[in-house]
Amino acid sequence: MSKTVLVIEDEPNISEAIGFILSRDGWRVANHFNGVDAVEAVRTRNPDLVILDVMLPGRSGYDILQELRASATTADLPVLLLTARGQSKDRELAESYGASRFMTKPFSNAEVLEAVRDLARD
Amino acid sequence: MGSLNVLIVVCLSYVAALFAVAFAAERVALRGRAHWLHSPLVYTLSLSIYCTAWTFYGAVGNAARSGLEYLTIYIGPSLVMIGWLWGVRKVVRIGRSQRITSVADLISSRYGKSNLLAVLVTILAVVGTTPYIALQLQSVVESFASFAAADPESVPGAGRGGDSASTALWVAAGLAFFTVLFGTRNLDANERHHGVVMAIAVEAVVKLVALLAVGIFVVWGVGGGVSETLARIDASQLGHWQMASSRWSGLIFLSAAAFLCLPRMFQVLVVENDNETHLRTASWAFPAYVMLMSLFVVPIAVTGLELLPAGSNPDLFVLTVPLSQGREGLATLSFLGGFSSATSMVIVASIALSTMVSNHVVMPIWLRAHGGGATVSGDVRNVVLLARRLSIVGVLLLGYFYYRVSGGGAALASIGLISFSGVAQFLPALLGGIFWRGATRLGALSGLIVGSAIWLWSLFLPSVGTGVILPASVLEFGPFGMWWLRPHGLFGITGLDPLIHGVFWSMLCNTTAFFLVSVFTFPSPMERLQGAQFVNVFAHSTAPQGWQGGAAQSEDLMIMAQRILGAGQAQALFQDEARRQGLAGFLPEPSAGFLQRLERELSGSVGAATAHAMVGQIVGGASVSVEELMAVADETAQIMEYSSQLETKSEELARSARQLRAVNEKLTQISVQKDAFLSQISHELRTPMTSVRAFSEILRDTDGLTGAERAKYASIIHDEALRLTRLLDDLLDLSVLENGQVSLNIRSGTLAEVLDRAVSTAVQGGRLTILREPDNEMIAIETDFDRLAQVFINLIANAQKYCDAADPVLTLAVQRRDGLIIVDFIDNGSGIDADMHGLIFEKFSRVGHHKAGGAGLGLAICREVMARLGGAVAYLPGQGGAAFRVSLPEKPAIATQ
Repeated sequence: MSKTVLVIEDEPNISEAIGFILSRDGWRVANHFNGVDAVEAVRTRNPDLVILDVMLPGRSGYDILQELRASATTADLPVLLLTARGQSKDRELAESYGASRFMTKPFSNAEVLEAVRDLARD
Repeated sequence: MGSLNVLIVVCLSYVAALFAVAFAAERVALRGRAHWLHSPLVYTLSLSIYCTAWTFYGAVGNAARSGLEYLTIYIGPSLVMIGWLWGVRKVVRIGRSQRITSVADLISSRYGKSNLLAVLVTILAVVGTTPYIALQLQSVVESFASFAAADPESVPGAGRGGDSASTALWVAAGLAFFTVLFGTRNLDANERHHGVVMAIAVEAVVKLVALLAVGIFVVWGVGGGVSETLARIDASQLGHWQMASSRWSGLIFLSAAAFLCLPRMFQVLVVENDNETHLRTASWAFPAYVMLMSLFVVPIAVTGLELLPAGSNPDLFVLTVPLSQGREGLATLSFLGGFSSATSMVIVASIALSTMVSNHVVMPIWLRAHGGGATVSGDVRNVVLLARRLSIVGVLLLGYFYYRVSGGGAALASIGLISFSGVAQFLPALLGGIFWRGATRLGALSGLIVGSAIWLWSLFLPSVGTGVILPASVLEFGPFGMWWLRPHGLFGITGLDPLIHGVFWSMLCNTTAFFLVSVFTFPSPMERLQGAQFVNVFAHSTAPQGWQGGAAQSEDLMIMAQRILGAGQAQALFQDEARRQGLAGFLPEPSAGFLQRLERELSGSVGAATAHAMVGQIVGGASVSVEELMAVADETAQIMEYSSQLETKSEELARSARQLRAVNEKLTQISVQKDAFLSQISHELRTPMTSVRAFSEILRDTDGLTGAERAKYASIIHDEALRLTRLLDDLLDLSVLENGQVSLNIRSGTLAEVLDRAVSTAVQGGRLTILREPDNEMIAIETDFDRLAQVFINLIANAQKYCDAADPVLTLAVQRRDGLIIVDFIDNGSGIDADMHGLIFEKFSRVGHHKAGGAGLGLAICREVMARLGGAVAYLPGQGGAAFRVSLPEKPAIATQ
């Protein structure tokens, strides 16, 4: 039985690319395109893993992450954080909020795949 | 004809003339053109206050009674001036270099600035001078009386006592007024009074001329020539008079001592001295003056004895001989001579005494009462002036009361020598102080106390008159029967002239006590220092040729002065002084004048006492090392620097702090903006690059992609690449616009042209309807068409992207107003929220979701472009939909560069 990945990303092209790569690897991929109701989307879809963009319209990825970690059901949910801002303080911020993994755009497809596999295995 | 009235008029005119002279001299001195005031002649004439009314009238009287003895009074000072000029010069030098204000100040300064000594000297001086002032008043009163007696219109014997008393009072009041006016006009550190000195010089001339005139009248007018007059002298008893050598030598000594010690003589000789070289002239001119003064004394005396009835007062011969011959004019001149003698003495004596009283008695008491230095300097100055004025009035009142109490009888006549012997008590301390470094304060005190006590007992008290203070029995048998303490027979030695007896014992005991106590006591460090300065005044107040320390001292002085005054000012001062001395370079000889000047300059910065000590230490070569002194000077300079600049500094600091805070805030803001900007740029660039990379990897790595998939992914890559390019173009454009480096291509045309181009470029296959007003658009404009079109395209494209109406319509409304061309872009969408109005023109700001794919730089660029074109673009609220207004000046007031 294949696992579910929820991709929360507002750029449709990036969303499509990630979906393509993961689908080919046997994942079930769900997409969500804004930050406002992202936490609800996580709750309803109950994915095995979340790929979360930081710069989302409506709500910041950091906020969403904090809320997920605060909730018992999603406290241990693996979250791969994506950001287009490559500064080190963003990485620190992400880790302090409890991101399982942090990746800077642009990423290589192989990296994403490997990271998702790693996170799912834990 | 009322000769007395004429006399009063003449007298008042004379006084008025003296006032005028003094005023003129003060004014000339103030204007700094007082060159002739400083002439040796004026100095010499001012010394003539030695010749008071006592000598003017009294010399003739003395000659009539005791023959040539009157000459002793003149011989003493002449010997001093001729034979002992070196010593006088030393006193003057000390007075100038130490800024001595009186004889009391000199003695006090020498003995460690002891105020006790100063007070003692002051009291003795006041006691000794008061009768002398009374004597002057008496002489004026009696000369008036002589005129009154000779005046046929005056009523003889009508309240004579009352008249004389009121005359004395008027004279005293007038003198007090004059002295206060010119003697306390300014509080000069040097205590020089140009007006007073000038008036005295004039009076000196008047009295000499008067006496010479009377003498000439007597010899040639009455006597009938020189030989006849000499024959008369031989015939009179004066020709047979034998001199007693002990009394002569005693009187010569006494007058010599008084010449140096009398407060008034010290005042004109030392304090008022402007230039030491004047002493050289005075050394022959002053003896010449007194010789002329004494030339006709004997002829006048002889003639008086012959012409006037027996029993007439010989003291008034100078006046009565011309009167008896009906020469009223000559008598008036003679009266003015005597009046001059009296007034000049009183004026200078009261100035000298008031200086002493105020400096050594009033001020110490006042300062103690007011807590010492806790007062403002100007405050003290006023107190000093007031003290001086009150002292002058007090001294004159004392003289007046003494005159009234003593009754103005013959007792006063002898007071001159008593007074001399009183002030002569200063001599051992004075001379010992300037020639003997071993002299101590206690020695000086002892000598003064012992000497003045004997003087009081054996000379002063008996002089007041038998029975007035000392009963006759004491004079006869001594106090309480102690015969060896009889005033005129101390220690059992009798038979001496009472004056010589008193002078002998007082001076002997004074000197002995001074010497012995000095030998057996040790001077304090301050005394030691002052002693060295006084005794060696010539060694360090001038630099004789070949004096090795000269340059070195000057250098030390300069180093010190630089630290206190600052390098520039100190160098200017030294250079100026060197030039004045005729030397090249920066190092003048450390002459007394220069040291005084330097000290004055320094005292402005560190206070007089410190400046005095500093200069004295370097010049005197005392035990304190120069290095130590430098340390003090350094500290002082630093403290001064700090205190004077502290206020400015703290203000500056506060200002700098404010500026720094502002700059810091600005920098922080800029830094935050820069971070945000970089972050935005990073995001905007990385986002399309992510898609490009992801899909290109997919195309590369994925097998079995369908043709449609390949085409789709390739077009995504292509779109994202275009997006990147657009972004970079916008960024570069913005950068150029913001830096003002844009070059505008100004053309002429119509607004319609630009709008046509913009609309056709922006609307390509969109569903946006554009409503235009072609008639209004026919406005001639002169601007950069490409840039203006860029703005229009941006606004139309925005409407295309963001207008959310079902049937989007954009209205372009054109109007002209206030010299502006206004183009409004109004769509029929839901518009932009009010809270976003301020933000939309900022970089990377986007309203809502950026599905349109813009980077958020469009409006920022529009704003910059319009600014360059001299116009503006703004959001126009309240138009239903989103509305932007572009305004442009009709005249091309374009802000290029």
